[in-house]
Amino acid sequence: MLPALGVLFDGVAYGMLLFLMSVGLSVTLGMMNFVNLAHCSFAMLGGYVTVTLMNAAGWPFLATLPAAFVAGAAASVLLEHIFFSRFYNSNELNQCLLTIGIVFVSIAGAAYIYGTDQQPMQLPAYLQGSFNVGGVDLAIYRLFLIVVAALITAVLMATLESTRFGAQVRAAVNNQRMARGLGIDVDRLFAFTFALGGGLAGLGGGLAIPMLGLDPSFALTYLIYVLIVVAVGGLGSIAGSFVAAMLLGVADMAGKYYVPALGSVLIYLVMLVMIMWRPTGLFGRR
Amino acid sequence: MTSDTLVAAAPAVPAAPHEFLHAQARWHWAEIAFWLATLLPFVLTPDYLALASQVAITALFALSLDLILGFSGIVSLGHAAYFGVGAYTAGLISVWGWGESLTGLVAAGLAAGIVGYITSFVIARFRHLALIMITLGFCLLLQEAANDANWLTGGFNGLQGVHTWKLLGTFEFDLYGYTAYAYALAALFLIFLLARRIIHSPFGLALRGIRENGARMPAIGAPTHSHIRTIYTIAAIIAGIAGAILTQTTETVSLEALGFQRSADVLVMLIVGGTGRLYGGLIGAAVYMVARDQFSGLNPQFWYFWIGLLLIAIVMFLPNGILGGLTSIAAYIKAKWAKAP
Repeated sequence: MLPALGVLFDGVAYGMLLFLMSVGLSVTLGMMNFVNLAHCSFAMLGGYVTVTLMNAAGWPFLATLPAAFVAGAAASVLLEHIFFSRFYNSNELNQCLLTIGIVFVSIAGAAYIYGTDQQPMQLPAYLQGSFNVGGVDLAIYRLFLIVVAALITAVLMATLESTRFGAQVRAAVNNQRMARGLGIDVDRLFAFTFALGGGLAGLGGGLAIPMLGLDPSFALTYLIYVLIVVAVGGLGSIAGSFVAAMLLGVADMAGKYYVPALGSVLIYLVMLVMIMWRPTGLFGRR
Repeated sequence: MTSDTLVAAAPAVPAAPHEFLHAQARWHWAEIAFWLATLLPFVLTPDYLALASQVAITALFALSLDLILGFSGIVSLGHAAYFGVGAYTAGLISVWGWGESLTGLVAAGLAAGIVGYITSFVIARFRHLALIMITLGFCLLLQEAANDANWLTGGFNGLQGVHTWKLLGTFEFDLYGYTAYAYALAALFLIFLLARRIIHSPFGLALRGIRENGARMPAIGAPTHSHIRTIYTIAAIIAGIAGAILTQTTETVSLEALGFQRSADVLVMLIVGGTGRLYGGLIGAAVYMVARDQFSGLNPQFWYFWIGLLLIAIVMFLPNGILGGLTSIAAYIKAKWAKAP
């Protein structure tokens, strides 16, 4: 019984990370039908910004996180402006190829600057170690992760549900043409949402280093997990992404703990069954 | 996407449907030149025959993806699954003591075809992101399963002890790759003829209809789902045969045979060459493999930087691939010539 609590705790922490890295993709995909496979490159960028600021410039860990957010947001705005905005009406194959090209370039770029090794990172003392609850050791950093991600989720949900901006985003996701007809500037809205999503991915990348590590293959390895979250959760649904990320995080941790012989087979099997059962995702409408 | 092939230079559309198909299926001089050129490596670059056989195998794999992606509009990120099934089938048969290559090909094609036929029932029901995720998930699932089934596949270390007998009992698979290239090229040519026949049949025309508008085809009475199942199974068989040839000529099988990387690579090749054209995959595979060979000699780490740039450039400036670009240049010159006199 006791290990189950630890597995659940680690799974939730992992799920929170996956949620931060995938929510932006889910919303932008739902709004513009743009398949952005480069989303995890923003997360990787955030990770490298965090590492560089800490190791080379000596910033404290907490101060680097906003910088990771800004870097992710800036990169996504830049790419959206230069490349993506030309491909909104293109088919999904072209979008896939364009963005996978960007992923390849980002991986090679990271390997060129930082090498292919895992990046070293020293957490501040107050985030190290673990505490004991009923005989189970829980890592402090993972608790910190859960709290931060839960706060961000709450802010995100509240923004989407009860602000003017949130209402516009929901309208554009539901029916883009109708939203345009009502005078909503969907293009500007989209650029803004894209920046927000890229920023959250960058933040997620910075937060992920102590748990998942960071090397140039990050952009491709976790892309698959992010895609699973988006496809299972349903396009454009924040709640769907959240549920799917939690499911995936806990299932992955539990699978690796209880049936290590199966490896990731379990995850892929669960994903296939889910998508065949609900092709539009758990909370998707289209 | 346009539906013309390399032989698109048919004059005015003839009256009867079968005449249209005949005109499409006529051999163009450029095609004959292309196939004669595939014999050149035997004389010009005998040191690179091993690479040439790799190119032929990859071209066969790309051709099979073209059948489903280029001609039927089924986007797959997991086509290496069938390549891998074929590769492992051929490898296992050899390990169990039967190293005859042609029967190995048949067995591998059969195994991949059975897996393809079973999965095609799922494939035919989905489109868009769900389809991409299902093909990707199936490929990853198979790779993980092969990794876990250590007792059967050798897991991470690959399958050990594959040995291929002399081809037809006479030709040894030599170190220089003479036999390997001849074998792979012959298989590529024969299967290409088959694919060409399929594409220029009424069935092939129906597939292009499904690609252009999957919702309208059932309205004119075309059984889209069964068409998709058929072509998907055929493509799986071809992919399996390509995998088997790779196993037989290199006498190893590794997990990389059914990985995501191989699925992505073959997709890139097909796009670079041009989708929906029989020669697109062939030319794309040749360009990609030769370029990788050259670049990795210079700078192995950054191969993917150039591939990424190439992809971005192709999508932005050459949406129909190399062949598409060449066709429009040819059409432009022809139009100029027609005007000039």
